Amino acid sequence: MSSNAVPALGRREFTRWFWRQLTSMRTALFLLLLLAIAAVPGSLVPQRGVDARAVEAYFLEHPKSAPTLDKLGFFNVYTSPWFSAVYLLLMVSLIGCIVPRSFVYLRALRARPPKAPRNFSRLPASASFETSASVDEVITAGRRAIGRARVDVVDGELSAERGFLREAGNLVFHISVVVVLVGVAVGTLFGYRGSAIVTEGQGFANSLTQYDEFGSGSLFKADQLPPFSLKLDKFTAKFQALGSQQAGAPRLFRAQGTYTPKPGADARTFDITVNHPLEIGSTSVFLVGQGYAPVIKVTDANGDVVFNEAVPFLPNDPSYTSTGVVKVPDAEPEQLGFQGFFLPTAATGSDGASISVYPAAANPLLGLFVWHGDLGLDKGTPQSVYILDKSKMKQYKDGDKSYRVSLQAGQSQKLPNGGTIEFAGLRQFARFQISSSPGVKVPLIGIIAGLAGLVTSLTIKPRRTWIRARREGSRTVVDVAVLDRVPRDDLPADLDAFLERFRELLGETEEKHT
Amino acid sequence: MTAAQYEQFSNYAVASATGILALAFVAYVAQWGFARKIAPDRTLVTSSVDQHDSVLEPVERTSTDAQAERSDVAGGIGFSLTGLAWLVLLAGVITRGLSAQRVPWGNMYEFGCAATLMALTAYIVLVRMWAIDWVGPIITGFGTVVLGLSALVFVPPGPLVPALHSYWLVIHVLGAMIAGSAFLVGAAASVLYLVKARAERTTAEEDRVGFLWRIPPSAKIDQIAYRVHAFAFPIWTFAALIAGPIWAQYAWGRYWGWDPKEVWAFITWVVYAGYLHARATAGWKGKAAAIIALIGFATFVFNFVGINLFVSGMHSYAK
Ligand code: HEM
Repeated sequence: MSSNAVPALGRREFTRWFWRQLTSMRTALFLLLLLAIAAVPGSLVPQRGVDARAVEAYFLEHPKSAPTLDKLGFFNVYTSPWFSAVYLLLMVSLIGCIVPRSFVYLRALRARPPKAPRNFSRLPASASFETSASVDEVITAGRRAIGRARVDVVDGELSAERGFLREAGNLVFHISVVVVLVGVAVGTLFGYRGSAIVTEGQGFANSLTQYDEFGSGSLFKADQLPPFSLKLDKFTAKFQALGSQQAGAPRLFRAQGTYTPKPGADARTFDITVNHPLEIGSTSVFLVGQGYAPVIKVTDANGDVVFNEAVPFLPNDPSYTSTGVVKVPDAEPEQLGFQGFFLPTAATGSDGASISVYPAAANPLLGLFVWHGDLGLDKGTPQSVYILDKSKMKQYKDGDKSYRVSLQAGQSQKLPNGGTIEFAGLRQFARFQISSSPGVKVPLIGIIAGLAGLVTSLTIKPRRTWIRARREGSRTVVDVAVLDRVPRDDLPADLDAFLERFRELLGETEEKHT
Repeated sequence: MTAAQYEQFSNYAVASATGILALAFVAYVAQWGFARKIAPDRTLVTSSVDQHDSVLEPVERTSTDAQAERSDVAGGIGFSLTGLAWLVLLAGVITRGLSAQRVPWGNMYEFGCAATLMALTAYIVLVRMWAIDWVGPIITGFGTVVLGLSALVFVPPGPLVPALHSYWLVIHVLGAMIAGSAFLVGAAASVLYLVKARAERTTAEEDRVGFLWRIPPSAKIDQIAYRVHAFAFPIWTFAALIAGPIWAQYAWGRYWGWDPKEVWAFITWVVYAGYLHARATAGWKGKAAAIIALIGFATFVFNFVGINLFVSGMHSYAK
């Protein structure tokens, strides 16, 4: 028995010791700084949750280091085990310190101000003076001079304490840190965010298959997606005019159309601009990007129109040099695939290549290379509409160069196999981000409460004041001392101001105190 | 005036302010330099002698008196030039806004100018309140560098990109600039605290000569640093963790997305929270706390410069 008791006690003591360490301010400080350090890598290396494409690019650029970094969680820093470990420890530490401190505070709220120490001169600031007023008058005046505070009077001795709100503010602040962290966690776990490209004249229905990118918290279920749908009628993009300063800088993006909140409900109009999302219940639809979707018409060798659609080309730079892919599975005798670029305002660059010089569609140009064969669409594996699988396709050649299609708006060109391709029109597309983070208000309210607590705690001075008055002959000797719970350098000046108020209330202003 | 005239005026004003501020810096350095050999008691004695005493017991004008006087004059010139630079820069920032027809902090050049203006404002106010002239060389030196570097990222005034069209931009950036100005003053005070506290430990009483001994004792500097940080921290909390996320929610549909800029704003916040704790922790008080404050400021500056220029993210339109 006894041989077991020692390690058991040891373990308990260790636990207690560990708990005390974890909830100490020094550990909190250490964990705070550790959290700051842990957050750094995520700002220097692209993050999957923020920009998955940049992560892929990083893998291509750094084929050696990327897999190692990936194993260490560097591409998902803010959900990685080590980052979570630091902030969970911090949370535990924080809660572990808030709870006992709250009890201490509740007890302190009921406590009386501490009795006056015997020797005032040991305190950081003290003074004494004589007056003809009686002891009672002195105490009454002192009480008024102190103002709002908790005051006890015993035998000509006054003890006062004020500034209890400081600790309350401090507790509110620390509690609100917990509230914010929990609120953010809930929003992340139950929220979702996805983006979808919608071309003018087309619609979007809120289901998983319609998204280009989709991410959700681990507790989100796809059947919770609210069943709204929308149709984009008109997209407006305005850019700073050519020849002016900052030519080409974006000025206005605006998406207009109609939406139905639920199947069967009446359609309503929407008008989304940057910073002004459409709100449907707890879901918000934001305008986060835009680009061009040339309408491409393909006739195959048999003379049948096998393709006639607006195809979004994704912009790669501020002048909207865009790249895209056209897949024509119905073409006979072979399937056709096109890959190339779209330039809204084409010009010939210094190296002879065509480039886009302005983001608005002033001189649109479509340039495509052509493949024929099997698009690989039947395999059943889903394919990105922006990537052409060329493994079973052959490129058309023009001598030893690649055969290329080059079309201005309205133009068409014969294809090597006999069909034609036509640049039949130009539309714009909007990229919408559709997201819902339940309980956004929780962190918001939390942080505002926290700020209020912080300001309270940083501005309130917790102060103790003692006044002792005793009769000596025909005079009353008054001793005053003050003590701040938080050391401050302006204590003597405050004491002087207090004495002045005090003596004014006693009706004596001319005498000098010692 | 037309937009183009405003713009030209603004450019001249900002350039002039840079020059004037550089001169203010030189004057402040001279203030320290001239006082190289002066012991603090010496200056105390000379300054406390009043007319009556000098009649009874004429004080000899020594070379140190002359040096002290020269130092004081240089300091006075430094402050006047700082005030002038402030005025000229104010005109430059206002005309920039008039030229662009919006708040003058929509790109990195404008942030640089407006933030320097704010920092000079903070400095001048605090000189009035707490006589902190002694951080002058650091503030004016830093301000000159920021204005000079801003010129490197100059862009002509133009309207804002759509994502910046929000009054939260005004609030968010203004808050960040006010907090940043106070962080700068706090960092400057922390540097001087470290220097002075070290000197107080290592310098014998009789060797205490130079301007360092004319500035307040390290404990007082520490107090000032704390107060400035205690003022800045809630404002930073508001700017970075309230106004920023609200604006991000409207612009991008998420209030927090771990964008590099957001990450560093958070890091700065955490480091300064660490500073406030360090001040209340035995063993971390003083030196360690001052170093944490400097790290905090370094993260702030990195967010402004490094992230804007070298890391791409949602906020990189600030280029
Ligand atoms: C184990 C966890 C923590 C403990 C034990 C703790 C303890 C304390 C204490 C005792 C103070 C008062 C210092 C003073 O008297 O001046 C304080 C202040 C402060 N704490 Fe914490 N803290 C913890 C975690 C955190 C966290 C996670 C944050 C947020 C990043 C934070 C932010 C602050 C701030 C900003 C102050 C200064 C404002 C004030 O005095 O109220 N603390 N903390």
